[in-house]
Amino acid sequence: MWQAAGPATGKEKDRVLSTANTQALPISVSHVTKTYGAVHALDDVSLEIESGEFLTLLGPSGSGKTTLLMVLAGFTRPDHGSLKFGDREVIRTPPHLRDVGMTFQSYALFPHMSVAGNVGYPLRLRNVPKAEIAERVAGALETVQLGGFGERRIDQLSGGQRQRVAVARAIVFEPRILLMDEPLSALDKKLRDQMQIELRSLHEKLGMTTVYVTHDQREALTMSDRIAVVNHGRIMQLATPRDLYEKPANRFVADFIGDSTFLPVTRRGQQIVFEDQPLNHAAPAPEAPSLLLMARPERIHLLTGTPQERMNTFEAVAQQVIYQGDSYLLNAQLHNGEIMSLRGAVRQGTVDGLPSEGDRIRLGLAPEDTVIIDGRES
Amino acid sequence: MRWLTSPATETQVTHGQRLWLYVLSVVIMILLVVPTLIVIPMSFSDSQYLEFPPETWSTRWYQNYFGSAEWMLATRTSLKVAFLTMLVATPIGVLAAYGLHASQVAFVRIAFVLLITPMMVPIVLIAVGAFYAYVKLQILYTVTGLVLAHTVLALPLVVIVTGAALKGYDMSQEQAARSLGAPRWRAFLTVTLPQIKFAVVTSALLSFLTSFDEVIVAMFISGGDNPTLTRNMFNALRDQIDPTIASISTIMVLVTTGAMVLAQVFGQQRK
Repeated sequence: MWQAAGPATGKEKDRVLSTANTQALPISVSHVTKTYGAVHALDDVSLEIESGEFLTLLGPSGSGKTTLLMVLAGFTRPDHGSLKFGDREVIRTPPHLRDVGMTFQSYALFPHMSVAGNVGYPLRLRNVPKAEIAERVAGALETVQLGGFGERRIDQLSGGQRQRVAVARAIVFEPRILLMDEPLSALDKKLRDQMQIELRSLHEKLGMTTVYVTHDQREALTMSDRIAVVNHGRIMQLATPRDLYEKPANRFVADFIGDSTFLPVTRRGQQIVFEDQPLNHAAPAPEAPSLLLMARPERIHLLTGTPQERMNTFEAVAQQVIYQGDSYLLNAQLHNGEIMSLRGAVRQGTVDGLPSEGDRIRLGLAPEDTVIIDGRES
Repeated sequence: MRWLTSPATETQVTHGQRLWLYVLSVVIMILLVVPTLIVIPMSFSDSQYLEFPPETWSTRWYQNYFGSAEWMLATRTSLKVAFLTMLVATPIGVLAAYGLHASQVAFVRIAFVLLITPMMVPIVLIAVGAFYAYVKLQILYTVTGLVLAHTVLALPLVVIVTGAALKGYDMSQEQAARSLGAPRWRAFLTVTLPQIKFAVVTSALLSFLTSFDEVIVAMFISGGDNPTLTRNMFNALRDQIDPTIASISTIMVLVTTGAMVLAQVFGQQRK
């Protein structure tokens, strides 16, 4: 299914508006379809991206997220559909007239030019006077914290520095839309975490509408105003990071974002039951032919005393405990054979006192964390 | 000798154990080079006939070559045709290689095979074909005809050399340039071309030499006011065996080697 994009809700909406730059442009994608042979790379995709928004296209490889970005950039012409930047229809506009900044997975820096040569390239194309080019290149390099690197050769830079040059080059001509294709995938984890924060604050500062492609769900949750989860060329869900995590539209989204245990449940009259056990759940269950209980591992309690009122409890047999440094993972088998995973913080550096294999234990799930989702894959 | 027992590479194989390889390599190099070099002493012979080794020495055959209007005409034709072939084949071949590389159309494979066909078929077939076609088109014995035929022969080399360079080139750079505001032709000229320029220069040189060295096609379609050097040399060999040919060959070897050395130096500087 594809969802008509509504405006962002609640807090996130305020954040979008407060950073909105008058220069930024909204993007409107409607009914875009692209097929390669029999494969639908994009299947009737519609999407409204607000002015100044940071929107992430998240999906596994081959899901169509990059194809959609290439449609926005103008490198892929869809079979049909419409694409508007502001009020301007651009579906037939060639890439060089679209005025969008873009960064590439490989950075695509020009090795035969210096750092300043790279960053000044879009300005030279626009016949900006030389003195102004120097000034704006220096400014852009300053923005990405590479002041004074102008004369360096590209092959003298580290991966993180190349990434910054690519960003500087994409923003120096002040495009109103910025497209980023997995810009951090080639960096190691520490640097990636740091760059996520940096890119996000750069976005706040410049306020251009940003479309970001990644397959890393944590990156998407960290950076985005809204996330569009893409699979099989369709948008599975478009929501704020929080809504996506808390209220996934279907099993694919729930599975792709974060870890979870899924238990098959059924509707019996007004109630949702798991193995004859009625469940207390805060949010209403969706209307769908098959339903699942989604339990996030960090929301499951290991019960020792009397559970809180209305908490759903599950009898289980403990299996192995997996020590992961900051947390532990306890797998427990329910009596119907399903495995439920529970994640807890490791305190005082120990996992002593946790049940050992074979112990009978009780797991608890608060009604707010008892999320009933559409059991279909899409 | 310590050298014989020292390791040849990072493996434990010693230079001593590699000796046979070194000897074989030297023998092969000699076999490759000597037939070319043998013309040099022959060209300085004082004899009426081609002989090796020469008994007496002189530079009369060089004087004969530079003094002969016929040889000078042929030299001018060869240089002119080679230069024009280079100017025609290089841009066409580079653009073809670029098109083959950038395009995703299935026809690309067929186009590639068609482009390199002149390298596969016996050149005499091309020569015979060109001869009859040129008679009809009335461009036999013209510079235009020669340049066209030599371009056909040079194109496969340009396409292969430039295509190989493009394989190692990240096309997303060109996409980046286009997203930054460059029309496609400008992205190619400012981003792609500077990075494959060594291959392009090599291609140009090979086109020049392909034409300059070519004899079979030239035998059929050059002549009259526009004989090539190679054609005249071939005829001279047949009619009168005199060492002028050896002196011309020597000059050609020097020009060719010089050009290759220049290309190498140019390539080294780039790295």
